[in-house]
Amino acid sequence: MAEIRLQDLWKRYGADVMAVRGINLDIEHNEFVALVGPSGCGKTTTLRMIAGLEDITGGQIQVGDRVVNDVPPRDRDIAMVFQNYALYPHMSVYGNMSFGLRLRKTDKAEIDRRVMSAAEILNIGELLERRPGQLSGGQRQRVAMGRAIVRDPQVFLFDEPLSNLDAKLRVQMRTEIKKIHQRVKTTVVYVTHDQVEAMTLADRIVVMNHGVIEQVGSPDEMYNNPQTRFVASFIGSPAMNFIDCGIEQTGAGLAIRLSDQVALGVPTDRTDRYAPYVGKDMIFGIRPEHLTEHRPHAEETTQDLQIQVEVLEPMGMDTMVFFDIDGTEVCGRSEPRSVSDVGEAMTLSVNMDRMHLIDPSTDMVV
Amino acid sequence: MNSSVSMTTGGGAAVAENKVPLWRRRKAMANYIALLPYLAFALFPFYIIFITSLKSKQEINNLGKSPFWTRGIEWENFTFLWTDTVFFEHWMINTFIVTTVSTIISVSIGILAAYALARLRFKGVEAFGVAVFITYLVPQTLLFLPLVDVINFIDDFIPIRDTYWSLILTYPTFLIPFVTWLLMGYFRTIPFEVEECAYLDGCTRLGALFRVVLPMAIPGIICAILFSYTLSWNEFLYSLVFIQDEHAKTVSVGVFTELIRGDIYFWGSLMAACMLGTVPIVILYGFLMDYYTSGLTQGAIK
Amino acid sequence: MATASEVEGGVRNTSPGVRSFLRRNLGPDTDGYLFVLPSIVMVLCLIVYPFGLAVYFSMSDAFIGEPMEFIGLENFVYIFEEDDIFLLVIRNTILFAVISVVCKVVLGLLCALLLQRITHLKRFLRGAMLLPFVAPTALTTLGWWLILDPTYSHINWILQNTFPFTLFEIRDYQFLGEPTLALGSVIFVNIWRGLPFFIITILAGLMSIPDHLYEAADIDGASTWQKFWKITLPLLKPVLAIIILFSTIFTLADFNIVYVLTRGGPMNETHLFATYSFTLGILNHEVGLGAAISLFLFPMMVLFVIFLLRMVRRDSAYEL
Repeated sequence: MAEIRLQDLWKRYGADVMAVRGINLDIEHNEFVALVGPSGCGKTTTLRMIAGLEDITGGQIQVGDRVVNDVPPRDRDIAMVFQNYALYPHMSVYGNMSFGLRLRKTDKAEIDRRVMSAAEILNIGELLERRPGQLSGGQRQRVAMGRAIVRDPQVFLFDEPLSNLDAKLRVQMRTEIKKIHQRVKTTVVYVTHDQVEAMTLADRIVVMNHGVIEQVGSPDEMYNNPQTRFVASFIGSPAMNFIDCGIEQTGAGLAIRLSDQVALGVPTDRTDRYAPYVGKDMIFGIRPEHLTEHRPHAEETTQDLQIQVEVLEPMGMDTMVFFDIDGTEVCGRSEPRSVSDVGEAMTLSVNMDRMHLIDPSTDMVV
Repeated sequence: MNSSVSMTTGGGAAVAENKVPLWRRRKAMANYIALLPYLAFALFPFYIIFITSLKSKQEINNLGKSPFWTRGIEWENFTFLWTDTVFFEHWMINTFIVTTVSTIISVSIGILAAYALARLRFKGVEAFGVAVFITYLVPQTLLFLPLVDVINFIDDFIPIRDTYWSLILTYPTFLIPFVTWLLMGYFRTIPFEVEECAYLDGCTRLGALFRVVLPMAIPGIICAILFSYTLSWNEFLYSLVFIQDEHAKTVSVGVFTELIRGDIYFWGSLMAACMLGTVPIVILYGFLMDYYTSGLTQGAIK
Repeated sequence: MATASEVEGGVRNTSPGVRSFLRRNLGPDTDGYLFVLPSIVMVLCLIVYPFGLAVYFSMSDAFIGEPMEFIGLENFVYIFEEDDIFLLVIRNTILFAVISVVCKVVLGLLCALLLQRITHLKRFLRGAMLLPFVAPTALTTLGWWLILDPTYSHINWILQNTFPFTLFEIRDYQFLGEPTLALGSVIFVNIWRGLPFFIITILAGLMSIPDHLYEAADIDGASTWQKFWKITLPLLKPVLAIIILFSTIFTLADFNIVYVLTRGGPMNETHLFATYSFTLGILNHEVGLGAAISLFLFPMMVLFVIFLLRMVRRDSAYEL
């Protein structure tokens, strides 16, 4: 029953360090929202302000129908999973998980029931008597989540919970978190710098940069329709290619001029959209997965591109092909058997339907 | 142990056992031998105190004979302390009371101050930290004269002059800065997130301090208690200045002022008293040595 | 208290009320003031106020049992111009501090380096070596008194009754009776007591130097001696500076050893600030003069602290 409403939220550290600059965000009940961005973008500060661990400089935070600006953390009914787990080292796993309930003087049988059910969900039933020091990283992670689940809070906050785990465990726990959220429905705010985590877990993603929100949307929207250059570069792995280009008129249509030799036709349905930018210096954005090995095609949205292979990075399923367009290194993604050797020529297919055009004067996608 | 040696000597695991090369063993022996003189130097007075306390008067005064050994064990020095002085019934007990009470006061106040210094953000906290450091450096030497006046002033309202209460009141002046400084270091090592988690779990400030921070700082607290205890047990100047009543004295001062009376035969009982006054601290220290060394080195290494 | 702001919580001006006003102006944890209150009261009443009183005493003719009058700097003038013992005090203090600190650093380094190389009996040896620092100074110094006593001196006994020394006709040394020997004895006992602190701290400093630095030096072909001068010593510098600071401060202000061993004698030759101030202020009832003497300690210590802290700050910025 808790939606979170951030209104014009500001945070200033010291005299002039602005960590968060006027954020507006509505998080719906039972929604899983991921805050992503590079370090220092204000995402953790935002999370800590929601938790009440950080005073807010300006604006308002509402949890449920209550303004919590001045409510101390203990009365906000919020649970948080920290990056370093923050388990109480002097208490057993059971003690850790039941601590919040004991403080609230919950009935003993009820505590027992809740701890047991959380332990069952997380598969840590046998660990209840152990101390955190005796647990592995993954187990600690589970206990930290168990501690939050047991509380049955209005809001769950995660602060980069997986970044202390090794790569394999991280993927495993990611799935686990998703399962748990499907089982234990509640509002979740999840901070991470890893866009893959955000994409896989969240209902909605909030990309932050320099203390402001760049874009809010579903993972699909973020991937397909980034609104700013920053979002376009941040979401997706490997990252989108950005190539300086010009727009020129070609008969009825438009073309993207990448170099003296290379120009790619713009799909006709975008002609009107891009018409105002003819003659201006723009940036052409295309993801590697839309620069593929040559495929026979009928649609005019797919165009051929002649390149000379410079570096190959086999990934197994695909091979990344690096080449040069007018001094910019560009990466394509090809089916392994169709790649040419290094130094040789190769024809790639460009899916122009998936292109993005960025105005460098505003860094916005047009 | 052995396997690590075998690694460095390059021998296979099977032949490792007795293959520590001779030169290495000689070198190791040399280290021990080189330490012996200092060990003897460090322990010498303790040995003399111990051996002299077991000697009879006649033996002590037999100057031609080696003073380093005793003919037999005599308990007369100890019985003298029991029957002719108030060593046990007053000095020891006073010392114990003063030490315990001032330790409790200092550690409690020090915990609060150190927690605020290490954890809380409020205006003036840095200034307070500097003040603690400076008071830590103001020596007792500078304060004993005016403190006599302060004690006389308080005595007008509560009779503390010439009682061990005057010591309980003044010992915290050098204990609190020390304890605060020590505990601050320990509190700083506790991750903030754990405490923040306690707030989210529903703790108040004091709740988080007592249920989470303090249990995690137990080694530091033991260390602080140990140091307070040792410092006040060993205190000499204030006790010498503030207490004239023989029955209110602590061990160090009682022994020094009451057992030395220009009498030429007092060495045996004096040494017996020194030994008894040292033993409690040494026992305490024997059990908690690691805490002691960690506290001792913490300030300098950090 | 928190719900008060719920209704009107404007967007820009977050929340009214005393609490948030305090938070904004004094920091987020205003309850910190309550935490430091007891110690502030303590410090004000029993350190700051007495310190002020000491300054006042030093500028008065305070004498126990008599009303006192303000006499300005007369006490200090008297001390400088007419008090010969004060010059001795300064000389002793400097000798005392310099000799004992130098000896402690050198011997401390030596013992720490030896202790570091030892694998067995480590705990026992360290424990035994620390004893002088732990035991009550006044009591152990009484033990030294017996050892150095003119009649009972164990050292004289060794000099007169054991082998190589018996070849020479060695007289009874008056360890506590002759001025130079007495000062030497006092310094000696001070070193005995303070050395363990140096050993243990330097040892901890040594252990905090990462092994890979020595391994790198080995690969570069450094000798043991070079490793000591080029790695160990520079990296120990911050630790050494701190312990020298502490040791000097406590040596300057030392009272117990001198008072128990010589009471400043013979003929005031071994007085330090503390014992001389005690003699004047308590034994001779001249509180004003005593306070003036003890106050000299303060500027000396402050200067020394500033000097050393500067040094530390410049040198301790190594990232290991």
